[in-house]
Amino acid sequence: MDLHNAHAYTRREFLGNGIILASAAASLPYFVSDSARAMTMSMSAGLSSFAGVPEDHVLVVVQLGGGNDGLNTVVPFGFAEYYKARPGIGIPEREALKLSGADGVGLHPQMTAFKELYDEGMLAVVQGVGYPNPDRSHFKSMDIWQTADTTATGDGWIGRYFDAECCGFGKGESGTADGSKKSQEAASGSSAPGIAIGRSAPLAMQGRQVKPIAFESADLFKWSGSDIHKTLNETYQDISRRGQIEGADPDANSSFLMRTSLDAQVSSDAIRKAVASASKVAYPGNELARQLKMVAAMIRAGLKTRVYYVQLGGFDTHAGQGGSQGRHGQLVNQVATSIQAFYKDLKASSLDGRVMTMTFSEFGRRVGQNASGGTDHGTAAPMFVAGPMVKGGVYGEHPSFKDLDDGDLKYTIDFRSVYAGVLTGWLKTDPKLVLGGNFNPLAFMKKS
Amino acid sequence: MAINLQPAKSALPDTGGRISTSLSVIPAKKFGYEQARHLLWRAGFGGTPAQIQLLASWGPEKSVDYLLAPEKVAFEQVTENQFDNSIMRPPTAEERALYREAARKQDENTLAQLRLKRQMAEQDDRRQARDMQKWWLKRMIETPRPLEEKMTLFWHGHFATSYRTIQNSYHMFMQNQLFREHALGNFGNLLFRIIRDPAMISYLDNNDSKKGKPNENLAREIMELFALGLGAYSERDIKEGARALTGYTFEGDKFVFKKNDHDGGQKTILGSSGAFDGDDFVRIILEHRACANFIVRKLYSYFVAELPPDERVRFDDLPATSKTVLKELAGTFQGARYEVRPVLRRLFLSEHFYSSAFMNEQIKSPTALLVGAVRSLNAPVRDLAILNDAMDLMGQELFFPPSVKGWQGGRSWINTSTMFVRQNILAFLLTGKKPQGYDASADMQKFDPEALLSELATADPAAAKDPRQVAEYLLRLTTGRVDPHAVASLTTFCNQHNNQINTNTLSGMLLLVTAMPEYQLC
Repeated sequence: MDLHNAHAYTRREFLGNGIILASAAASLPYFVSDSARAMTMSMSAGLSSFAGVPEDHVLVVVQLGGGNDGLNTVVPFGFAEYYKARPGIGIPEREALKLSGADGVGLHPQMTAFKELYDEGMLAVVQGVGYPNPDRSHFKSMDIWQTADTTATGDGWIGRYFDAECCGFGKGESGTADGSKKSQEAASGSSAPGIAIGRSAPLAMQGRQVKPIAFESADLFKWSGSDIHKTLNETYQDISRRGQIEGADPDANSSFLMRTSLDAQVSSDAIRKAVASASKVAYPGNELARQLKMVAAMIRAGLKTRVYYVQLGGFDTHAGQGGSQGRHGQLVNQVATSIQAFYKDLKASSLDGRVMTMTFSEFGRRVGQNASGGTDHGTAAPMFVAGPMVKGGVYGEHPSFKDLDDGDLKYTIDFRSVYAGVLTGWLKTDPKLVLGGNFNPLAFMKKS
Repeated sequence: MAINLQPAKSALPDTGGRISTSLSVIPAKKFGYEQARHLLWRAGFGGTPAQIQLLASWGPEKSVDYLLAPEKVAFEQVTENQFDNSIMRPPTAEERALYREAARKQDENTLAQLRLKRQMAEQDDRRQARDMQKWWLKRMIETPRPLEEKMTLFWHGHFATSYRTIQNSYHMFMQNQLFREHALGNFGNLLFRIIRDPAMISYLDNNDSKKGKPNENLAREIMELFALGLGAYSERDIKEGARALTGYTFEGDKFVFKKNDHDGGQKTILGSSGAFDGDDFVRIILEHRACANFIVRKLYSYFVAELPPDERVRFDDLPATSKTVLKELAGTFQGARYEVRPVLRRLFLSEHFYSSAFMNEQIKSPTALLVGAVRSLNAPVRDLAILNDAMDLMGQELFFPPSVKGWQGGRSWINTSTMFVRQNILAFLLTGKKPQGYDASADMQKFDPEALLSELATADPAAAKDPRQVAEYLLRLTTGRVDPHAVASLTTFCNQHNNQINTNTLSGMLLLVTAMPEYQLC
């Protein structure tokens, strides 16, 4: 029997037909059908941009894991207390990169790339971001940032954004947890799932309905047996793209697995094809750059994914973090140069205007350096928001050094205000639905 | 031992009469390869061809009784010094004095040193938590008493407590041992122990629950998630229950009842009044008629077929078929005064349990997938750290359930990303080729797939050389059914390799079979 004709259609083909799709969608978990459709459409129709509709807005979240030392990132050189608290690792005033229009603060000297973005007016520096009763546990505080909830419970905030987009669910509204018919009918089909680069998808991306796609590198978002032998791969393609067992109950778990398997193949094809395209600019050689390069390629290929999530770790600098030079400086250098390269790459394809990038870390570090030339877990710290749509500048007040909370900075801007600014200003969603409560959206968008 | 090869089930599911509501014992003549395989997967983590054949030859009663009596099978005892209990020990009086003095003098150096010490301890403890994950995974893989570990995992998901919140690995270990000791024991006894369990007390904040300012967390979850389910109690019962539980706390690794923190006043809980304490609270709950229904329903979802969660569909609104069976089982549970074993015995022996609609229709949890693959295919373990990481990627990090509700299970395990992780971790087990995120070098331990064929080869040496019959045999072992399309694909694969059945082609066929969507089911 001819393996390749055994099943005449693949999902790609049958999704190409709108009428068939409509009937298929009723029995498909909507995020499966929708992602497959989105990718198929963008790939086959070659739609690379949908100018003018918010759908073409992309958010890239950059997670800096471990607790980035905010005080040595945005350096408060105008405050004597800073130098008193950090005799060994403080950044001298003459070395800090001064920001026009900002008083007494400047960037770490290793962040010239960010200084350039700032001078181009496309970098917002948001100072003193945190939340009430800060938690100094990596786990807990990261969960708080990712759920946008100070109890660190519930779904991820980006996941909730997708849930709100697809099905109109607000924070804490459960919907049907198993993707049963009610939610499928509610799905408007407007959101392809988010993509997280990394070994596992972060909590932030986990919605009740919409689950992200996660992979470390696109080349590995596939069956690892496929490159062992050609005949293996052919047979695998055949058995994993069956789509359904003839005559099987479409509601059975076996049918659900058949569809997901087919969908995984379609997603894998689309993503791997997307990242195979070479970028036009040189990226620095670090992990964050590698991830952002993939993201740029996926945006270039026209995937309709609206949120990408990338990560860089190593910020837990308890010992020997250095000052102007040294380990922490290398890390912030990686952040700045990678994001700058990312925007150069996007600009080369005239896509930079579609992409906003936001950085965060689970906490800053304590004001005083410790006995090991490092810093311990602290509280409030700056965030960066970049992109041509951003109104560059420094936002908010630097937290006071005179009014500390047990040696830690008190936050001046709630992180959910920054999220609210992104949600309302860029993703065009009601932040109340996603965040619950009333958080004043920080206005860092250019007037359009 | 005679080879008991029943005719293969049709690949096409039948539509009528697929669920038997009968709880009467399945006759021995209806208990063959498929049923023995089903029992091994559901009451354990799957079995090798030899184990399946053995249980099929034993018949239902002997097989079920064997699985239900782990204490009769010798296995390495877990001792309390399996893990280090000193990493997160509370500070000594001297350490506390040192801290107070440094804080008073604003001695930043000493304070920083103390903080650093604490952070180092937390790091060590996270390492120990990872070691515990690997240890438990290994135990599940190696145990000759699979149901004991399967029930330990059930209680872990039921009384879900996360290391992420309590950050004390030894307390998680103690709780794990508590679940193991009561794995097939008495639910009531376990509930009395759980209100004394440091991990649970800390997870649900009962250590902050004092007379005058009771914390409702533990009382609420006992009623809502651990014993009764929504609708069986009122908010007032929670408030009063919380008062009864005040003063139930722990010091170090030991439960303590702090009489001064306990509210000894009158309470009314679920209609009873008295100066109740925590034990009275548990006793009153165990007397409630919803309790047996609630626990039986969860056991049923775990072992037989997923029922919608309690918060979505109340017990009384369940389909009549499920309700009939659950009520009978709940009767058994009550009659046995919450002994778990009689309920499971009745269930595992019932015609209902072996209904064709339930066979190969449960989505394997990540634990079942991994542990089951190693056990049923005799695959080498290769690298516990990698298996443990894969557990996380597949969404079931042991000791880290996502919330007090435990793992949602069922279809929530599956999405496009976890699908590849599931296929690739199997490829790792079978070939040593490392899954995504690891360096490219392969683990060189040999996997001997030909051993899996020995039963077939003994019964019919010619069949063990015939690609089509080997394909059918492997599909039946791994997926429980013989899909003609898959048989054709696998046979074609063998054709491309000169119709040879050898280590290479068998490994290839197993790679393919374990990548099939159906392999995710048991």
